Amino acid sequence: MLELKGLYKTFNPGTINEKRAIDGLELNLHPGDFVTVIGGNGAGKSTMLNLIAGVFPPDTGLIRLNGFNLTHLPEHKRARFLGRVFQDPMMGTAANMGIEENLALALRRGKMRGLRHGITNTERKLYREKLAMLDLGLEDRLTSKVGLLSGGQRQALTLLMATLKKPDLLLLDEHTAALDPKTAEKVLTLTEDIVARDNLTTLMVTHNMKHAIRYGNRLIMMDAGHVVVDISGEEKKNLKVRDLLDKFNIENDRMLLSDK
Amino acid sequence: MNFFSDLLSALPGAVAQGLIWGLAAIGVYITYKVLNFADLTVDGSMCTGGAICVMLMANDVNVWLALLCAFIAGMLAGAITGLLHTVMGIPDILSGILTQLALFSVNLRIMGDKANVAINPNRYKLLVSLRHVKETSINNPIFIVILFTIVIIALLYWFFGTELGCSIRATGCNPNMSRAQGINVNRNKVLGLMLSNGTVALASGLYAQYQGFADVNAGRGAIVIGLAAVIIGDVVFSRIFRNFALKLLSVSFGAIIYYLVIQIVLTLGLKSNDLKLLSAAVVAIFLAVPYWKGKYFRGAAKASIKKEESHNA
Repeated sequence: MLELKGLYKTFNPGTINEKRAIDGLELNLHPGDFVTVIGGNGAGKSTMLNLIAGVFPPDTGLIRLNGFNLTHLPEHKRARFLGRVFQDPMMGTAANMGIEENLALALRRGKMRGLRHGITNTERKLYREKLAMLDLGLEDRLTSKVGLLSGGQRQALTLLMATLKKPDLLLLDEHTAALDPKTAEKVLTLTEDIVARDNLTTLMVTHNMKHAIRYGNRLIMMDAGHVVVDISGEEKKNLKVRDLLDKFNIENDRMLLSDK
Repeated sequence: MNFFSDLLSALPGAVAQGLIWGLAAIGVYITYKVLNFADLTVDGSMCTGGAICVMLMANDVNVWLALLCAFIAGMLAGAITGLLHTVMGIPDILSGILTQLALFSVNLRIMGDKANVAINPNRYKLLVSLRHVKETSINNPIFIVILFTIVIIALLYWFFGTELGCSIRATGCNPNMSRAQGINVNRNKVLGLMLSNGTVALASGLYAQYQGFADVNAGRGAIVIGLAAVIIGDVVFSRIFRNFALKLLSVSFGAIIYYLVIQIVLTLGLKSNDLKLLSAAVVAIFLAVPYWKGKYFRGAAKASIKKEESHNA
């Protein structure tokens, strides 16, 4: 499904700010995998997602999705395979455009955009149904500007946009980190529902260990730019936060803090 | 009473100029507001269109064909700025300045190395001309430019409602999100700049006919006038005009208001040489109004935010 082979990425090479963000990263995802990704600050989680999405190219290495070599494909061209939700709720939607206009943009991901109407009436019906499933009352506000929505509403909408046209791979980059706990739970439940319903292969970066353990069928931990822990199946099901901390002797204070 | 009769007799001219510059300002709106790109190419393309139009007409080319060529030339100028920005990675303002500077030479070449080329309204069939501005006939430039404005607004309204147009709006609003949704942001920027400068050059072609000459300095300060129209239109009409077509219309109204203000101060005795200073002052003030409103009238701003929040709950 997704193959990352021998990936390396160094930022600001040759300068005093040189930072090797990804260092010999290897990862294979199986179809239908819901993988949670944890790791300390600077472990390379977001850089990995950005490499997969094509925000910047790797120095060396190979990125393959369903046998398709993505390594040097520009960001907007790989978008047809990927659904993405960002940490910043402002980043995933166009604030000056209406809810239905944002959804219409998402529905056309990977398609030629020509001189046909930007939104059709049949689509509106679909949008209303999909929005109703979010249970946020957005289905009656199709033409409202997205800029008027709260962070949680925008994040739920971004999630809907990322999965409106079924992606081969869903990339969630700490998509609940900027939300209050209650809203975060809601968006996570929604994520789980959508992933399960469409059987989506998913990579979810999180700083919250409980979430990493509770969601998904596989957990990987990154450190210094590569995968150091990879747990799946029964072992993952029975995993406790304590185990994770003891077993791997994590000393990252931020992860400990978010566990409390 | 002299002031009022003078002003009254100058009004039709001011309205006609305002309408023509309103078209150019609609072009500026596309880059400044829709694409979120400060495009200074306009100072060049506001001359190029007129130069092409006048030179072609002087060589007996049909006026409509001449205007079409002006439009295409403007699109090329916009494409150059777009490529400087997207392919060569030059910041937006600098890309526009480079194209604008280069166009100065190009415009002189187009006009046969002359700084000013006149076109005689007696010999050539002009679409719009200063001399008919006070007539109540179909030749009145006000009437003709209103038609132009309506058609262009209708076309732009349609275009920005299509899949491609929506993707250009998204590009200006949030490039990150656009890329994530598979939109080619660079291509869209070039397209938007082409459309914008094409519209500006079309207005330039009309303006040269209206005045009866093309002038190499016709575009100097065009971006400021264009911005003035966009901002005045926004400040005055944004509360009542929400639809995209009406927003474009408010730009046209903004340009007319701008020229009325200019006409009033001219009638009051200001010299036309002082106009650039005045233009800059007008734009500065209208740019400051929304900023001051937000800064010193927090009460009003908070109330409107509260309204939105209660709507969200």
